[in-house]
Amino acid sequence: MINLKSLHKSYKTGATSLHVLKGINLDIEKGELVAIMGSSGSGKSTLLNILGMLDVADEGSYYLDDVLIENLNEKKAAKYRNLFLGFVFQSFNLINYKNALENVALPLYYQGMSRKERQKQAMEYLDSVSLKPWATHLPSELSGGQKQRVAIARAMASKPKVLLADEPTGALDSTTSYEIMGLIQKINNEGKTILVVTHEDDIAKMCKRIVKLKDGVIVEDKKIKQIIVK
Amino acid sequence: MNSLKIIFDRDTWQEIFSSISKNKTRTVITVIGVLWGIFIYITLAGAAKGLDNGFERAFRNLAMNSMGVWTQRTSLPYGGFKIGRNPKLVIQDAEILKKNVPGIQFITPRNVRGVFDGGSPPLVIRKNKSENYALYGDTPEYTRIVSKKIYDGGRFINEKDLELERKVCVIGERTVKELFEPNEDPIGEYVRINNTYFQVIGVHKYVEGGGFESDGDIFIPFTTFNRMYNYGNYVNFFFLAAYDTEDPVKIENQIETILKRAHKVSPDDEEAFGFINLGEIFGKIVGFSKGMTFLSLVVGLATIIAGIVGIGNILLISVKERTKELGIRRALGATPSEVKTQIILESVFLTFIAGIIGIVLGAFVLSGINAATADITDYPYTNPTVPIPYVIGVLIIIITLGTLIGLIPAQRAVSIKPIEALREE
Repeated sequence: MINLKSLHKSYKTGATSLHVLKGINLDIEKGELVAIMGSSGSGKSTLLNILGMLDVADEGSYYLDDVLIENLNEKKAAKYRNLFLGFVFQSFNLINYKNALENVALPLYYQGMSRKERQKQAMEYLDSVSLKPWATHLPSELSGGQKQRVAIARAMASKPKVLLADEPTGALDSTTSYEIMGLIQKINNEGKTILVVTHEDDIAKMCKRIVKLKDGVIVEDKKIKQIIVK
Repeated sequence: MNSLKIIFDRDTWQEIFSSISKNKTRTVITVIGVLWGIFIYITLAGAAKGLDNGFERAFRNLAMNSMGVWTQRTSLPYGGFKIGRNPKLVIQDAEILKKNVPGIQFITPRNVRGVFDGGSPPLVIRKNKSENYALYGDTPEYTRIVSKKIYDGGRFINEKDLELERKVCVIGERTVKELFEPNEDPIGEYVRINNTYFQVIGVHKYVEGGGFESDGDIFIPFTTFNRMYNYGNYVNFFFLAAYDTEDPVKIENQIETILKRAHKVSPDDEEAFGFINLGEIFGKIVGFSKGMTFLSLVVGLATIIAGIVGIGNILLISVKERTKELGIRRALGATPSEVKTQIILESVFLTFIAGIIGIVLGAFVLSGINAATADITDYPYTNPTVPIPYVIGVLIIIITLGTLIGLIPAQRAVSIKPIEALREE
């Protein structure tokens, strides 16, 4: 599903250049649930941004579902993001003046789907995260766990090939974090490829594979026995 | 999605409406800037138009290209004559002028008593009542230059009156009130002017916009006048109308040249002949009201532009505040052009709404002015309106400017990379 070959990325700040990714090679199969770990400055966020087409690599190749992702202009990137990728963020990133249903329907709006169809599908996804009764609530009226579930429903609504979750439990307490991970496991069991960036060991252990980054290179890549959330 | 579809998509408007209504205070303040501009423009343009209409009404009874000429004292010695001579106009001058100045449409002599240094007004007596009134010796042609409204049952002076030097007169409505009993019909009755009996043939209705005349003026045939005062062929004034296509100033110059030659006045003498050129005055007034219209256009447009720049400014701030939201939208698949279109449409929508409210308020004020000035006749102001093309024009202008100014925040919105936008807390 994802194939990265000798990916390099540097950031130039004034005269100094910071080499963040120093040759990343990574293969992720369809249906995997991968935790990407690393301390801050290890390059994990940069890697996720490149995977999410929010940023581009300086060198190397990136295949997503056998499509070479290159020469991205903003328009093309927007299209690919909309069709291939679902994002879940640490800070939820819901639009605060739209209710839960409208937030979930937003990627479908950008797919050009009709209003009725959009509302119907959004409602189904909201139902799949058990938030149907909260459909008309604004994000400010939801708890952190509920917000993240809305965000997951929104990420899933566009039927992405890959779900990218950047510290999805970073802003949540343990109980809620496990609930969210349980939801992510459930979605993964339905066949979705999911990448979770985290620095928490217990969260990483709920994935099927852990990739550890340090100073811009992969230092460890192992399949693990997944801890299933009950 | 192409941009045309975006414009007509209900969802687009829902997006715009929800983002605008998110911050109501800011929206209202933003809108007021443009609203004020449009309001000023509509009110000023309407007020200028009212002035324009008022002038038109004030002069509607005069041929627009009419002028009068009379003699004064010479200021230069010429042809053996000394300085300070008063050349006299004569009836024959009318023929000479008509022959030599083809731009003249109508010309009529006019003698007066009681106005313009024409001696004291004669005493007019009816039975036991008497009063002094200005007296005019006129020809029927006069009514072609200045329209005269005569009350039913009466008439103005005709050719036969002139030819036979009839002792007939047209009196004013004030004269009727002052010399006749209430409900008495003056037509056919006699009044004594300067100890000569004249039969009343008509009563003229006083209308404003008739130039210099009043509701007490008495008109008698020109020939009768000259006989009564023993004027011979002497003429106080020539009153004339040029064809509409002629330049009134040019006609005036031609007339002056001809008259100077006929009366042996130096071609350089600026004093010998007096002129009142209504065509020229009218041209100046038209120019003045055009200037007012232009001024209102400039002031209005400047205010509108200031308002629209304000909208651009506010949207720029709004875009900065919404950096994160726009980042989320782009992460979810909004293309830069979709984001741009949304911001521009917000700008256009705000300016348009502001424009409509401004136009409505302006129209409201104008109708108020209209109601307040409807009965006022002593200064020229009538029916302030703004022509529809002006309104449509200003709408097109604000939509265009709204789009252009929207481009700035729109460009700003997409110049921030989504990754940076999302990072912002």
